[in-house]
Amino acid sequence: MTLWLIPLLPLAGAAINGLFGRRFSRKLVATVALAFTAASFLWALVIASRFLSGGQVPIADHVATWLQIGDFRIEYGFLVDQLSMVMMLVVTGVGFLIHIYSVAYMEHEGGYYRYFSYLNLFMFFMLTLVLANNYLLMFVGWEGVGLASYLLIGFFFRRDSAADAGKKAFITNRIGDFGFLIALFLLVKNFGTLQFADLFDKVAKYSPGAEVGVGVLTAIALLMLMGATGKSAQIPLYVWLPDAMEGPTPVSALIHAATMVTAGVYMICRSNAIFSRAPIALTVVAIIGTLTAFFAATIGITQTDIKRVLAYSTVSQLGYMFMAAGVAAYSAAIFHLMTHAFFKGLLFLGAGSVIHGVGGEQDMRKMGGLKKYMPWTFWTMFAATCAISGIPFFAGFYSKDEILWQAYSSPHGSWIFWLVGVITAYMTSFYMFRLLFMTFTGEYRGAIEPAHGHGAHDDHGHHGTPHESPWMMLGPLVILGILSVVGGYVGVGHRFENFLAPVTPSVLSEPQTAALAAPESAALPAQQSEPASENSGLEDELMAISILCAFSGLGLAWFLYVKRRDLPDKIADSLGGLYTTVLNKYYVDQIYGAAIIRPLINGSRAILWRGIDAGAIDGTLNASAKGAQETGGAFRRLQSGNIRSYAGWVAAGAAVVVIYMVWMGTR
Amino acid sequence: MVPLSWYLLLSAFLFASGVAGFLIRRNIITIFMSIELMLNGVNLAFIAFATVRHSLNGNVFVFFVMVVAAAEAAVGLAIIIAVYRTRETLNVDRVNLLKL
Repeated sequence: MTLWLIPLLPLAGAAINGLFGRRFSRKLVATVALAFTAASFLWALVIASRFLSGGQVPIADHVATWLQIGDFRIEYGFLVDQLSMVMMLVVTGVGFLIHIYSVAYMEHEGGYYRYFSYLNLFMFFMLTLVLANNYLLMFVGWEGVGLASYLLIGFFFRRDSAADAGKKAFITNRIGDFGFLIALFLLVKNFGTLQFADLFDKVAKYSPGAEVGVGVLTAIALLMLMGATGKSAQIPLYVWLPDAMEGPTPVSALIHAATMVTAGVYMICRSNAIFSRAPIALTVVAIIGTLTAFFAATIGITQTDIKRVLAYSTVSQLGYMFMAAGVAAYSAAIFHLMTHAFFKGLLFLGAGSVIHGVGGEQDMRKMGGLKKYMPWTFWTMFAATCAISGIPFFAGFYSKDEILWQAYSSPHGSWIFWLVGVITAYMTSFYMFRLLFMTFTGEYRGAIEPAHGHGAHDDHGHHGTPHESPWMMLGPLVILGILSVVGGYVGVGHRFENFLAPVTPSVLSEPQTAALAAPESAALPAQQSEPASENSGLEDELMAISILCAFSGLGLAWFLYVKRRDLPDKIADSLGGLYTTVLNKYYVDQIYGAAIIRPLINGSRAILWRGIDAGAIDGTLNASAKGAQETGGAFRRLQSGNIRSYAGWVAAGAAVVVIYMVWMGTR
Repeated sequence: MVPLSWYLLLSAFLFASGVAGFLIRRNIITIFMSIELMLNGVNLAFIAFATVRHSLNGNVFVFFVMVVAAAEAAVGLAIIIAVYRTRETLNVDRVNLLKL
């Protein structure tokens, strides 16, 4: 099985466009990019179909050995099991749709070939990440997507804010990657391998009290979590994601919503053998996820930039996935990851379509009433909004409900997670419908004749009234819209969970995890043996509550942004300081700036630059150069050009030799 | 018979005169002659030792030195003529074009 083709095809596309694209026509660039992505997607489908029709599981592909150091071996190897198959299909499928969309969206932009080359490069790294069969190759993909993300956020590099956002994303990610890297070192030191199969086998065989105890596993898991918080934009490293909206909108859809940011979730689910044996780390994952989900949702309520609302909603939804992973409900996390890829990709593409339609405006206060100008965009976005809000029978409903149920019922879960999760779901529903109502209902509040006055963001324009986007952009919207509606049905009746079960053993079906999990899980067997019927009764009640939340959020949004439009401002006024704090994102950027960045820059400037670089290093270098110069200047006098003086030196030297030999002879 | 040390003293005197002339004089031809003087001072030492030790080695060395001196004289004089033609001087202090 030639699995390596899947990541390699987009790389070929990136190479062709990157090396020769400058001379290609736009049509050719788009064709190359689309063809390689489509080929990759099709090949992924072929593999998946063989897989589903009862092929050998999992499919492994050893291409070559990369490193061989004694017994320690790292190979270029790819692996498709249930987990990476889902990821592979999501990445190639959604990626392909967004490529199509980009062809139309980026039509008026410069650097067309550069854009598609980066986009393909991203696909290559992301597929390497999800298909790798060892942590080191995964880390290559991990760093690679960071690079691609940096390049694409800073795509409009002439704008300072975009260049800064790119750097911010890259550096913040690097902080997380540092933790991940240390986790890998610890794995190599303690287990001597990074191949998934061997490693998880060895991890499973270790029991507490053996030389590698729970402490080491907890440390490894926490360091991995640090990497995951960077890549998946969780507290405390989430700050880069909202700024990443400086990139072109399809990039936000692909990288900063649908695929790359889910890498952290994927990594945790992939490492479930480690996390399940480190209950403390698992709880930390759940707490971070829950906090992030709540925190980002509150910020999302106050934002007015359409893309920023979506960015914070992404952070919040990723928090849900972490919450699920943190209660050891890995399949629920992956399920939500998949549905989220559909509806969040769609929301961003829809937002892109809106921005395209109104001529580059991103402020929702200047939109409104767009429903009649762009009905397709409206209806697809409506589907996605329903999905993310958890309106019943849309995709997000199934996955979010699964997460909430697991948060409550899992042995690692707690009612606190569930409660915060439900409140967050309520806020999610509110701010998403707020976005929808502000954008599409009421009257158009933007300037009808903006002429060429926009220009602040993605330079689209040349139009007076808002208009619907071309079919090239609507096609992907419709497909993703359909997926947002029906995507949840794969999860009905635990089908998705059972499908993933070989890779991510569910908590309830793995007693030895619970046994390892620590003394407090002694009470677990009783809970596990609870009759299923009782559980499902409770499950229905909890589901009813979350449905209620979704609809009341919708209702509140409708009341405030359709019925009584004067109210939001009054509420904001009456909240005063609290509102301003949330509007300014809790001043986290400012706090980081004052507490970390400023001291770091000042310290670098005063000590590292002025002191060590200019003082010590340059000082030593200059001093030695000056010394050599002066010595040379002194010896230069010997080279007088006067033959007799040379002869004098020769004679003097000879005399010295003679005297020396005479002296030696007389001894 | 004249003792060996006398020959050696004469030889050293000749050699030292050659060195002194080489260092002091500015005229190339004089310097050249000083070199010949040094060579002959050495020759004298060789011959003296050869005679005292009844060995032909010293004589052979002297022949070699003479041959080299002859060759050197030919080449050296040719150089001197060439220098004079281009520089119109025989003062070594003014033949310093290769100096930086």
